[in-house]
Amino acid sequence: MTFTYEDHNAMHTVVMTKGVPDFREGQVSFDEDGHLERGKTPTVMNPNDKHALRAAFQTKVRNGGHVSLMSMGPPGYKEVLQEGMADVYADDLYLLSDREMGAADTWATAMTVATGLQNLDERPDLVFAGFKTADGETGHTGPQTCWCLDWPMITHALSLDIDEDAGTVRAKRLVDGDVSEIETVEAPMPCFIVADPEFEPTYRKASHRLKHKDLREETQQRAEEYEEHLKVWDHEDLNLDPDYIGLDGSPTIVAGVDPIPKAPSEREATVIEADEREALEPVLDELTPYATGD
Amino acid sequence: MTDAVEEYEAVVVGCGPGGAAAAATLARNGVETLVLERGVDAGSKNVSGGLIYAEESAPYTIDGLFPDFREEATERPVTENLIHNIAGDKVKSFDIGDLHHHDTAWADAVLRRKMDSWLAQQVHERTRETGGGLLTEVHVTGLLRERGEIVGVTTEELDPIKADIVVAADGVNSELARDAGLMDWEEPEEWFQGVKAVVDMEPELINDRFDVAPDDGAAHLFSGDLFDGVRGGGFLYTNESSLSIGTVFHLDSIAEERAEPHELLDSLLTHPLMAQWLGDEYDEREYSAKLVPDSKKAAHPSPHTDRLVLVGDAAGQMQAQGPIIKGMNHAVTAGALAAEAFADARARGDPSQAGELYEKKLHDEGVMDKLQPTGYKMFGQLGEVGPVDDLSNAIADSAVGRFGVRAAGGLLERAYSSPRLISMIPDTKLPYVTLPTVIAEELGEPVAEENTVSPPDLADRIGDLTYDVDDPHIELLDKSFEASGTAVTACPVSAEDFGGGCYRDEMVQTNGSTEHLVSLDTQPCVECGTCAIVADTEWEHPAGGKGVEFNRG
Repeated sequence: MTFTYEDHNAMHTVVMTKGVPDFREGQVSFDEDGHLERGKTPTVMNPNDKHALRAAFQTKVRNGGHVSLMSMGPPGYKEVLQEGMADVYADDLYLLSDREMGAADTWATAMTVATGLQNLDERPDLVFAGFKTADGETGHTGPQTCWCLDWPMITHALSLDIDEDAGTVRAKRLVDGDVSEIETVEAPMPCFIVADPEFEPTYRKASHRLKHKDLREETQQRAEEYEEHLKVWDHEDLNLDPDYIGLDGSPTIVAGVDPIPKAPSEREATVIEADEREALEPVLDELTPYATGD
Repeated sequence: MTDAVEEYEAVVVGCGPGGAAAAATLARNGVETLVLERGVDAGSKNVSGGLIYAEESAPYTIDGLFPDFREEATERPVTENLIHNIAGDKVKSFDIGDLHHHDTAWADAVLRRKMDSWLAQQVHERTRETGGGLLTEVHVTGLLRERGEIVGVTTEELDPIKADIVVAADGVNSELARDAGLMDWEEPEEWFQGVKAVVDMEPELINDRFDVAPDDGAAHLFSGDLFDGVRGGGFLYTNESSLSIGTVFHLDSIAEERAEPHELLDSLLTHPLMAQWLGDEYDEREYSAKLVPDSKKAAHPSPHTDRLVLVGDAAGQMQAQGPIIKGMNHAVTAGALAAEAFADARARGDPSQAGELYEKKLHDEGVMDKLQPTGYKMFGQLGEVGPVDDLSNAIADSAVGRFGVRAAGGLLERAYSSPRLISMIPDTKLPYVTLPTVIAEELGEPVAEENTVSPPDLADRIGDLTYDVDDPHIELLDKSFEASGTAVTACPVSAEDFGGGCYRDEMVQTNGSTEHLVSLDTQPCVECGTCAIVADTEWEHPAGGKGVEFNRG
C-alpha cells in the first residue's frame, strides 16, 4: 500500500486529527461515579493535534503546496475540523464518517484512515499526526496507520526541514521522547511524522512570515464557510468491507475498567493561630520526629 | 531550504507616522517595501502627548497620504486652545488660538495604539501589493554591513535582510541611528521627558466640562510654579472618551532637580484648576512615558549615511518650543520626503543618492527651518547663557518687571500667540517658570474649586500596565550612585524609597567601607530611554513583541 512519489507537483501534507472531550476545567463534566458525561462535555480538536497542524502549516508556508485535515468520527466532528481550520490552518477537510466505522479500536481506525489517505486525489508527501489523544492516550493510531501505508516514520519531531529536490525530510527528534537527547534523522518522502508537543515552527524569513500572515487571514474566512471545503466519505466511498472496520474489525477487547479510587477528601487538620511565638511550639513538636528521621 | 539572504528594495523600520508615511510613499512609487515593527501591534510601543498637526505649508500631511485618517484614527479636533499661567492657586489664562491656527490646516488629539494600528493596516495592504508587507514583533537590532558599507538590517527574529534603502523610523531610541553613529544618548540638554496619564471619561461629561460640541475638543497647556521649578509644562487634550494629561520637562532640569516625574504629573492632576475638568471620579487607565528629542539641539542636519536615512524622532525631528509641541507631522513629512528621494534617485539610476537628496528636500521644503528656527539660533540660545538668564529672571521677578507685566497684560497674551516670538524662546526658567508665575501673581485670580483627585501611586500605575517580560534588555555598566544614581529619580517608573521600580539605590557594606550603589530590574521598564542618557547603561529594546505593551499610547 504505497504511493509513487514521482507524480507529485506541489507538496501535499495531510494532518490526522480526532475529536476528544474538552477536558479543560469548566468544560468537562463527570457524574457521581466519576464517569465522563459525554453529553454534557463539548467535543474539541485533540490538543496535541494542533502541533501536527502547525508542523503541516509550516511546510505549506515554507515549501508551498496544500494542507488537508482528516478525521474519522461522527458527523459532529465537522466542527472539530472547522476548529482546526480556523485555529491553525487547512486548505480542505475530510471526514470519514459512517455507522459501520463506529466503535473502532486503534487498529480498525488505522485501517480506515490509511484507506482514506489513499483515496485522496492528490497523493500526500507528508502525513502528520499529533502525539496521542487526550481521551484514549494510546498513541497507537498514528504509527499503525503508517504501518498500513508501509512508509518511513519519524516520531517525536521537534523541527523539520524539507528538501523538495532531493525528496527528503530532515527532522530533529527526541530520542525515546526524552528531552535530554535530541537526534537529527532524514527520511525519504512520502513520510509519516508524529509531531511532539515541543514542536516549534520557525519562520526566519520575512517572506515566510508575510505568507503566514496572508494564509492566516485567508483561513479565517474559509473556516466560516468550511462546509464548502469539506468532503465526507463513508465506507462505500472508500470501498471498505464493513467486517474489517468499526466494531467488527476491532480485535481489542476491553475486559473491564477499574476506576481509580478518589483521594480521601477529608483530612485531619489542626488550625494554629500563629500570632504568638509560643503558639508555634506544637508545630515544631510535630515536625521534630521527621527531622531526626524517626 | 535556500540559505540565500533575503532582499527587498526598501526596508522601513518602525510603523509610527514616519514609517507609515515612508512606506506608503514608497509603495505608491512601486518600490518593493518591507516594514518591520517591534510591537505586538503598531502603536503598542508608542506614546505621544497626543496632538497631530497638518501644516498648511507642509508638502505632505498624514491625511493626504491616508485619506480616511481623521475619520478612522483620530480622537477630537482641537477647537479651543488655552495656556494657563499658574502661581499657587492663582491662574491667568491666555487664549493662544492664533498661535495654534498659524499654519495649521487641522490638529487632532490621538491615542497612538488606535492611530498606529490603523495606519499599519493601511500600510500592510499597500506594501503587500509591492511584494513586501508589514511584520510585527520583529526587533531590528542593527545594520547589516558588507565591507564597511550599510547594505541592510539585522534582526532578532529573522535572518539578515538586504535592501537598497533602509528607512530608520524606529523612534526616539533608534538603535539604527546609534549603530550608524548619527545619534547618541549623551547630553540631557538635548532631550525632554514626557509623562502621561490617560483618564477615561464619558463623552457627554467631556462635552459638558470642556464646553465643547461632541465633535470638538480642547487643548490646555500649563506652566508656572506648580512643578517645583523644573523647566517644562503640562498639557491636557480631550479624546473621544478620555483625556490625555501629561507633563513635558527638559531632561537636564529633571536630572538637576532630582525631580520625580510621576510626582510632577501628580502636581498637575491635583491642582485646583483641574477640578472643573476632572470632577470627583478619577479613572486613570494608563500611565506612560517617552523621551522627546529637542530638535533645536538634537535634529540631525544630515540624517543619512550610505543606504540609511533617519526620519522622525530617530533623527531628532521633534519640535518642542514653549507651547509648540509638534513631532508627528514632521515625521510624516520627513518619511514621505525620504521615500520620494529614494524614488527620484532610483529613477535617475542611482539609488545611492537617496540620502543626499533627502537632506536637500528637508532643507528645500522648510522642514529644517521649523525644527531649528533662525529666531532661536539668534536670540534663544543667547538667553541660555548663564548671566543673561540670571539677569532676565531677576528683571521679570523685580518690581519693574512686575509693573511691566501688569501694564502689558493684553500685549502678553498676544505675544504668546506670536509664532515668531515663540520661536525665539530660550530653554530657560524664564519662559517656563518665572514669567508664568509673575503673570499669574500679578494678573491672575485664585481658583475656588477644590480638587479631590487622588492619583494612583507608582506601584499601581506599573501594576496596571501590560508586560510580556523577557530577558533584561538594559545592562547597567556602572553601578555607582555617582554614575547612575540620577536614574533612581529621573526614570518615570522608579523613585527614591520605592522597591518596585527599575532603579533602586542602596548602601552596600564592603570591607568596612560603605558604597552607594544602584541596582536595576528591567521588569517594569516602559522603554522611554531616560536611563540611557542619565545613567551608564548598555541600552537595547526588548525582543519583538516583548516588554511593555501600551493599549492607549
